[in-house]
Amino acid sequence: MAAKTHSIFDPAIIIPAIGASFKKLNPAHMVGNPVMFVTEVGALITTVLLITGGQGASVGFLLQITLWLWFTVVFANFAEAMAEGRGKAQAETLRKAKTETKANRLRDDGTLEEVPSNNLRKDDFVLVKAGEFIPGDGEIIEGAATVDESAITGESAPVVREAGGDRSAVTGGTRVLSDVIKVRITANPGETFLDRMIGLVEGAKRQKTPNEIALTILLSALTIIFLIVLMSMKAFGIYNGVDFSITVLAALLVCLIPTTIGGLLSAIGIAGIDRLVQKNVLAMSGRAVEAAGDVDVLLLDKTGTITLGNRQAAEFMPAPGVTREAMAEAAQLASLADETPEGRSIVVLAKEKYGLRGRELNELPHATFVPFTAQTRMSGVDINGTKYRKGAAEQVKAFAGGNLPAAVQSDVDKISGLGGTPLVVASNEKVLGTIYLKDIVKGGLADRFERFRAMGIRTIMITGDNPRTAAAIAKEAGVDDFLAEATPEQKLSLIRKEQEGGHLVAMTGDGTNDAPALAQADVGVAMNTGTQAAKEAGNMVDLDSNPTKLIEVVEIGKQLLITRGALTTFSIANDVAKYFAIIPAMLLRSFPSIAPLNVMKLVSPESAILSAVIFNAIIIILLIPLALRGVKFRPLGAAKILQRNLLIYGVGGVIIPFIGIKAIDMVVNALHLA
Amino acid sequence: MNSSGWIQLILYVGILLAITKPLGLYLCKVLDVDGQTFLDPVVKPLERLTYKLIGVDPKEEHDWKRYATAMLLFSLVSMLFTYAILRLQAVLPFQSLFNSQKLSAVSEHLSFNTAASFTTNTNWQSYSGEGTMSYFSQMVALAIHNFASAAVGIGIAAALVRGIARHTAKTIGNFWVDLTRVTYYLLLPICIVFAVVLVSQGMIQNFKPFDTAALTEPVHAQVEKKNDKGETVKGSDGKTVMEDQVTDTQTIVQGPMASQIAIKMLGTNGGGYTNANAAQPFENPTPLSNFLQMLSIFAIPSALTYFLGRTVKNQGHGWAVWAAMFVLFFAGVMVAAHYEAAGNPNLTALGVDPADGNMEGKEVRFGIFNSALFATITTDASCGAVNSMHDSFTPLGGLVPLLNIQLGEVVFGGVGAGLYGMLIYVIIAVFIAGLMVGRTPEYLGKKIEPKDVKMASFVILILAFSILGFSAWASVSKMGAPDPLTNQLTDGTNNSGPHGFSEILYAYSSATGNNGSAFAGLTANAPWYDTTLGLATLFGRFAMIVPILALAGSLARKKLIAESAGTFPVSGPLFTSLLVGTVLLVGALTFVPALVLGPVVEHFLMHAGNWF
Repeated sequence: MAAKTHSIFDPAIIIPAIGASFKKLNPAHMVGNPVMFVTEVGALITTVLLITGGQGASVGFLLQITLWLWFTVVFANFAEAMAEGRGKAQAETLRKAKTETKANRLRDDGTLEEVPSNNLRKDDFVLVKAGEFIPGDGEIIEGAATVDESAITGESAPVVREAGGDRSAVTGGTRVLSDVIKVRITANPGETFLDRMIGLVEGAKRQKTPNEIALTILLSALTIIFLIVLMSMKAFGIYNGVDFSITVLAALLVCLIPTTIGGLLSAIGIAGIDRLVQKNVLAMSGRAVEAAGDVDVLLLDKTGTITLGNRQAAEFMPAPGVTREAMAEAAQLASLADETPEGRSIVVLAKEKYGLRGRELNELPHATFVPFTAQTRMSGVDINGTKYRKGAAEQVKAFAGGNLPAAVQSDVDKISGLGGTPLVVASNEKVLGTIYLKDIVKGGLADRFERFRAMGIRTIMITGDNPRTAAAIAKEAGVDDFLAEATPEQKLSLIRKEQEGGHLVAMTGDGTNDAPALAQADVGVAMNTGTQAAKEAGNMVDLDSNPTKLIEVVEIGKQLLITRGALTTFSIANDVAKYFAIIPAMLLRSFPSIAPLNVMKLVSPESAILSAVIFNAIIIILLIPLALRGVKFRPLGAAKILQRNLLIYGVGGVIIPFIGIKAIDMVVNALHLA
Repeated sequence: MNSSGWIQLILYVGILLAITKPLGLYLCKVLDVDGQTFLDPVVKPLERLTYKLIGVDPKEEHDWKRYATAMLLFSLVSMLFTYAILRLQAVLPFQSLFNSQKLSAVSEHLSFNTAASFTTNTNWQSYSGEGTMSYFSQMVALAIHNFASAAVGIGIAAALVRGIARHTAKTIGNFWVDLTRVTYYLLLPICIVFAVVLVSQGMIQNFKPFDTAALTEPVHAQVEKKNDKGETVKGSDGKTVMEDQVTDTQTIVQGPMASQIAIKMLGTNGGGYTNANAAQPFENPTPLSNFLQMLSIFAIPSALTYFLGRTVKNQGHGWAVWAAMFVLFFAGVMVAAHYEAAGNPNLTALGVDPADGNMEGKEVRFGIFNSALFATITTDASCGAVNSMHDSFTPLGGLVPLLNIQLGEVVFGGVGAGLYGMLIYVIIAVFIAGLMVGRTPEYLGKKIEPKDVKMASFVILILAFSILGFSAWASVSKMGAPDPLTNQLTDGTNNSGPHGFSEILYAYSSATGNNGSAFAGLTANAPWYDTTLGLATLFGRFAMIVPILALAGSLARKKLIAESAGTFPVSGPLFTSLLVGTVLLVGALTFVPALVLGPVVEHFLMHAGNWF
């Protein structure tokens, strides 16, 4: 499943969404959204009044008001349908991974039976041979195999999965390339991670998060308040000898209740999860996504997240009397056949720093390469009787006759002290110098952590290294703190400690021993390559198994919440202009002297009311892209973000409808609609 | 606004600001059961004795439910007590001393209305004090509530602030301790000093019967002639016969006034000893007494913001709330003073000097600015004392007190009530805008969850429901006192059109907001009005306090979230602007249609030559 984004204007999504927005008019569906339910009831009342007649105003006006009230509901439904449609498209891609296959289930007596994969239950055992698809999420209990997981991760290189250890989990829908494995199925059909995720992005199984519930309560309260306002207005009109028509009151009601956010609320939620899926991260619940926004402590594993997976040569330190070039050349020769990343990095360093061309192996026909073994702990090459070797200090010392020059020994100690790996280079018995292999911090991280700090998020590096090494890397990477010589227990207790201090913690993990910490963390992102236990314990799974993505997860969570708040603020701020449009229009005929209140100079009472209603409806449509894409996220401190968003959505929310309603009024009058 | 107005305003705000911190620090001591004050040597024994008598362990704190139950029980019992005294005032002992005017028992509906009104710190008065209440009723039935309702309000605010400040705690304080300590250490001592100062300004404090003075200039009036049975006499032409009436004496009110007035202002009660309230010369004798009365209204509410900051260990937050209150106060004063100074163009057309402004219903000795300032302060707070007649304000000048009340009296507000009302807006502001910083909303380290939003929403809902619901009912029904001529039921208003509507709207706003001031053209002492207004005061008080205590309980239980650069900032100008915006948007939007149909339409009609 490649990370694919769908264009907002993709007809394949829009057309079914239009149909769905009418189907959703069913009151049984609408009642879940109190604001839009009241809007629908308002539309229903004006429809009845339109049919029964007798409201005094022109039929054309009543008809238009009625239509626009219905449009308001339909537009809101359309927003939701669009989000669900995009989710469904996303789910389709996910489903492709769920190819229906045959499975070879092991009977208790050890014989095999062929069953459809969706008949498999938890704790069934299956045998999967090379070329077959793995029939469901599970854990390898016997054997090892290379597996093509490109269907899930989009990564074409096969990965090794083996029983025991941290690489034992397999995902349904991936294909075994070599060997045979015995797999214990760990999820019933329909309950796999993928199934749950599909349910979430399609919106069907989406449960409201606590924050959505709280917001719905506030929006419902505002809706009830405006109902009281409008009903009392009828009575106040009677006292003042003004007869407000039910249609106009319904129109004002719909304009005042927060339809903008009410209509877009569920779309925002679905789109947030959808954005996460686009990043190839599966979340267990909408709640987990919101929790990501709240996180203020990130536990980041050093290896793979902060540093590149392997150490690299950073410096050549020649022994006394040896030129740096000579040493570099020997180091390069000794590493030519070394295909490990460390070996390659030595060749590259020699080439880049000393201009030593990396010679191809076939240029040295007489060379005999000595590969690295666990016993010798050295590798190298023999060329014309000269034995070039590089390796651990102890081994090279032994190779060179049991002596290391004092300067070399001190270099070795120094490098070890800094947390690096010293490799000593020798040609025959002559020790030439030391190669400094060190952890390489990924580019751009320090900058990113700095932005996190501005947002109030603290980063803690977790490493098995000794404290001194950890401190050096932590400083270089720019993390705020580190946990050195970390054990899984220490990790767990660190999370507990942070949580007791009132922090919300996010972490990534893959091993079974990470599972308790993943479960304890507020946001636990399990790597897809990790064990089943880890995946079960966390509340998100990263299909790409890229620990750095934790950072993006946090940003998506924040973006979701910001979008929700921004549109709520906008929706409420809009009411000011709507009052200025509709109230004068309602009173102008009875009290002509209030004309100055019509600050927008709307042409007639009818066009004013109609324009406000139209604005109220189409603003929903106009904001759908924003709801689906999310408000652009900026990594700033809370005060700056607040100031910015208050200006755009608060002050803007007051001003924009004045302009919008005026413009619509001009169009309405140009077209002689009222 | 003239320079004396500016000087007055600057002086007022300056002194208010100066007393906020010291009084706030003192409040911290008073509201802490272990707090030590300089009054301990005198008051501590009395405090201990009180606990012993009512059987309260001062060290034991209560959860919100027990706190609420105690508060409700206390309020109910004290309300019944007042009801009984008012009903029995003509038969209680020592009539010659305590009821020298031989006032009769107060009617059932008026007793209910008054008991409810004083219990809820409203002090709405459907009666005239000097003509209805005996000295005993004033001193006991009413004054007790002036102290107790103020102490209850401060206690509730303290309980909410404790809820905010505490974490993973079950309790929010002890109602009886708060009630006792606020009364003994805060209200009584200040009132004793304040009353003496007021007496020094010429306020009366005695048990003498009312005085009678001869008028230097007798007043002549044409009145309807009545026969022995009290019926109007009709002439042969069917018209009512009029006769000349000469008034040459004036009754001068006496009684224990200063002791009442001190707590009336300090406790933001506002119930006047006399009908004319703080416009009556004895009740507000000098410019200094006027200034001190205004200052005493805002003194405790302002200090409570300091208490808030201190208790939650974020003084910047306390000041930000203070600043939001100040901005709303200042805007109100400016608008009211502007429109009162602008006067009524129709009167200008009749030859009134426009430079005089709108002096109808104002004391000449206070003038335009002091009347506008007093009106703004008394409605910003839930005081309701008046030194001018709000009903006579220009439409937009009168809109200011009306809107102040409808916002929930959160601009400094009633003692305690202002702070807890404002904190509801804070919760709503933090909830809506808090999302915009990309975290689930939190307030001072507490996550704002569905339950908290539910309680805050309920408070806003009750305000709208009671004000608009009752006003709507009153506008379409003729439930006021019967018209004396036609015997038909009326709507009770003294004016027609939008102004009559404003009178109704003001009455229910004032009752629900527990203010007590009135657009007094409304004849409210009729069974229906007394009853519904009484109910509105009860809704406005208890239907808000209970959810607020529940909110306090909910906040106290929460875990504390650490603060960081990503935390929603609740101090500084940005937060102040946000809070002002929320009060105006969430608070005012509810009342825009009603305000337009009342004062705003009246304003435009007045300028078009119509008045009411």
